[in-house]
Amino acid sequence: MPSMRDIKEKIASTKQMRKITKAMQMVAAAKLNRAQSAAEDYAAYADKLHEVVASIASTMSKGASSKHPMLAARPVKKTAYLVITESRGLAGAYDSTVLKYVQNLIREKHQSKDEYTIIVTGKVGLNFFTKRGYPVAFSKADVPDDLTFDNILAFAKQAVSLFNKKEIDELHLVYNHFVNAISQTLVDKQLLPLTNLEHAPAQKVSYVYEPDEDEVLTDLLPLYAQGQIYGALLDAKAAEQAARMTAMRSASDNASDIIDRLSLSYNRARQAAITQEITEIVGGAAALE
Amino acid sequence: MSTVHTDIVTPAGKVYEGDVHMVCVRSKDGELGILPNHLPIVAPLEIALVRLKHEDEKIVDYVAVHGGFIQVSRKSITILSEAAELKADIDVARAKKAKAEAEEQLSTLHKTSQGYEEARLKLKRSELRLSTAAIDDSIPEA
Repeated sequence: MPSMRDIKEKIASTKQMRKITKAMQMVAAAKLNRAQSAAEDYAAYADKLHEVVASIASTMSKGASSKHPMLAARPVKKTAYLVITESRGLAGAYDSTVLKYVQNLIREKHQSKDEYTIIVTGKVGLNFFTKRGYPVAFSKADVPDDLTFDNILAFAKQAVSLFNKKEIDELHLVYNHFVNAISQTLVDKQLLPLTNLEHAPAQKVSYVYEPDEDEVLTDLLPLYAQGQIYGALLDAKAAEQAARMTAMRSASDNASDIIDRLSLSYNRARQAAITQEITEIVGGAAALE
Repeated sequence: MSTVHTDIVTPAGKVYEGDVHMVCVRSKDGELGILPNHLPIVAPLEIALVRLKHEDEKIVDYVAVHGGFIQVSRKSITILSEAAELKADIDVARAKKAKAEAEEQLSTLHKTSQGYEEARLKLKRSELRLSTAAIDDSIPEA
């Protein structure tokens, strides 16, 4: 049985730990707020952009003669997976769900390493893939918490240009989607080629394209694809903060449980010591009589 | 005089929202001045100044728009861009620094070398910021 002093020390150290996890929970909550408002700001842009792209794509599909390469599906020789993870850890199962999913997906769909490549953000994912010898095309280890479009523009451009240079024939995004503060779901979305645009916008407007549709598409589609990557990163960031918040909350709760249990056994030990002392005194007094 | 609702939207949120009488932009094909009830049009934009004229013609808002698109529909005008700044929001010191950096990069690079195009665009953006910030938009007293 541990001594009273041991238990006391353990309680003190668990209390320290709880302080830290509580602080981290609060930090994550504040960051989550910011990430959510950034995602909302972005949503306005994404909706507008989607509207324009969809309206062009729907008019294009009628005269399918001049299909832009980013819209057309081509035989898939190489698939790229853009996997979004985080760098700091302490976010529960946030990374492992994504990484396990990708691992299984690759095992099922691909025979050799020539058939796929991985683009990854976040240190956890990067270490995971390089350690296991997966082909990593390129990566961005650090994604800042207050993400701006400028931060990731170069990264997004690189990913899109890989497709345009025909080094890859498909680009998938795999990340945790933010549902609400307590739940995240895994999303696997095909970004390129852009084949899921066809559902036409609600009110149809026939636009004039200046100078012509092809020119507009060459400018618009990369912007759209980059925007989608940015959107996914924002979404994943919000999910990360939410996951961290939940993980830290349960860590704090567990710490409280441990402290309760330890205080109980401390009190018991204290009581036992007192009882023993009394028995000793009583015993001593009885011996004197 | 009629007005049209205009938004300037970037990934970082709405930069501008309001009813204006005329929107002047520079598209890849040349200058466009768009009045209310213009026919629906989509055009890519240059890295250039956008002028938003209010109903009272003396009030003009200046926005530095870094590429992107203008989308004109019957009811509204939307400018989509990866970055845009109102004249008042421009950080002149930062723009000057960026300009100096870009010029330095350009002087060491050859036209065909990698990064030249990016440095050129950076120069263009910083010049646009500076020229936009330098516009005198005080309303002349009648």
